[in-house]
Amino acid sequence: MIEQHVLSAFATIWGPWWDPVWSFVRPVWPGIWTLTKIVAIAIPLILSVAYLTLAERKVIGWMQVRIGPNRVGPLGLLQPFADVLKMLFKEIIVPTGANRWLFFIAPMLSLAPALAAWAVIPFSESLVLSNINAGLLYILAMTSMGVYGIILAGWASNSKYAFLGCLRSAAQIVSYEIAMGFALVGVLMVANSLNLGDIVRGQEGGAAQWYLWPLLPLFVVYIVSGIAETNRHPFDVAEGESEIVAGFHVEYSGIMFALFFLAEYMNMILVSALASVMFLGGWLSPLPILNDVEVFGVHPFGDSILWLGLKTSAVLFMFLWVRATFPRYRYDQIMRLGWKVFIPVTLVWIVFLGVMMQTRWAYLFH
Amino acid sequence: MTFFTFTFYAFALILVFAGLRVITTRNPVHAALWLVLSFFTAAAIWILLQAEFLAITLVLVYVGAVMVLFLFVVMMLDVNFDSLRRQFRSYLPQGVIVGALVLLEMTLAVVSSAIGAAQIAPPLPTGSNTKALGSLLYVDYVYPFEIAAVVLLVAIIAAITLTHRKRKATRYQDPAVQANVRREDRVRIVQMPAEKSET
Repeated sequence: MIEQHVLSAFATIWGPWWDPVWSFVRPVWPGIWTLTKIVAIAIPLILSVAYLTLAERKVIGWMQVRIGPNRVGPLGLLQPFADVLKMLFKEIIVPTGANRWLFFIAPMLSLAPALAAWAVIPFSESLVLSNINAGLLYILAMTSMGVYGIILAGWASNSKYAFLGCLRSAAQIVSYEIAMGFALVGVLMVANSLNLGDIVRGQEGGAAQWYLWPLLPLFVVYIVSGIAETNRHPFDVAEGESEIVAGFHVEYSGIMFALFFLAEYMNMILVSALASVMFLGGWLSPLPILNDVEVFGVHPFGDSILWLGLKTSAVLFMFLWVRATFPRYRYDQIMRLGWKVFIPVTLVWIVFLGVMMQTRWAYLFH
Repeated sequence: MTFFTFTFYAFALILVFAGLRVITTRNPVHAALWLVLSFFTAAAIWILLQAEFLAITLVLVYVGAVMVLFLFVVMMLDVNFDSLRRQFRSYLPQGVIVGALVLLEMTLAVVSSAIGAAQIAPPLPTGSNTKALGSLLYVDYVYPFEIAAVVLLVAIIAAITLTHRKRKATRYQDPAVQANVRREDRVRIVQMPAEKSET
């Protein structure tokens, strides 16, 4: 629909010359249009990452009775740009004995899957880059690729700290992926679809219909596994400062370090957006009655990207809150929680769901 | 040449090149990474065949889990590559036999399908091929599938019992004991008389 509008706008601007130009552009137009859509997702995403870093420092600052960054720009609002510029102008140092090729490719390998996963996230009823049937599986596959960046960074740096960090991270991500996958199986069972848009549409009818309620234990498991998968506090042993300096990215400087940073925060936003889509009703408003509120001919509180943004921000705030609250887990505790608590909990709940769906209370589980 | 065939040949070239690099590169970590690339490219070719479920599962299972553990082990091994290469000649006959067999099988498969080109199964009906695969595995062929699952489970349990040794000397933490610790178990309050200052 937007595509037609853009094309007709071009036609009016170019006037009589549009037809020859169009005959030239036509074969590659789908590629151009897809690239435009990718840029339209990627740029707001990168800006969100910039302001998430600021929000993190501000929120944790307030929680610890500090002010947080407040020097650059009004209320410190330009701080992320100052940080990016600083990173850009810093020298990239390659350690002696490092595997140069892999050392340079590792940050890109951690960033690319984090970006690619956004292709299937439905922002609203019609706003999705690629509406594929196996969307949920695609997300799982892409997030499981992110670990290569971390492993290669640790190995290619030729540093013992980095290597320890990458081994810890690999073991942790592989363990928690299983629990996360099982939590998604629960979503698949109640939604009866792997398509993320259909999953959201299955939760229509207000907050009481969200999958959060029938899948409450799986929601908790998903959120905690999400924190562990993104190597966030309190599961950040991969970069545990007190033991292994900075873990896998200890040898990285300048913009290469910034790429790891970007990937981590982008994954955080991805996990939060997914939690909103799968458990909190995605773009749907929590009260169906809000769809009828009309202000100057528009429905500002109806089902739209606004709600997805609000829900994602709420989950992100919880990530920051958790970071400010809990001390870091010990490595064996992380492994125990993943294998001996989460995986049994998810398995039991999947069986329970299957049994309940055959009883007369099945309507409670959609 | 349509865009479709162009992408197919691009992926096929990358796949063959990555496969060659797996066996020619000297560094085992690099070899594992080339293998990751070849898995990924194979998945891309499967997507061109509209087998999106199998393709994504290939990435999820082999790239996301199996190869990560593989890489994990290869990185930790301290292998002397020269000693590995010394046995090249003694392993050559077996290698040649296996390679020739694989080549023969693939040629047979390709030739027979090229002769009976009409016999190639058409792509699955439009719609989710996840659903089609699911109904095949869990409805039509549920017993063979479940038997295969049980055989795998037995294999897992056998592998664990064969390799698991209980070592008495290992130190371990009992989380229940740790969680039940009271202050009195760890802290002893000692009353000290205050020292008088000299001045």
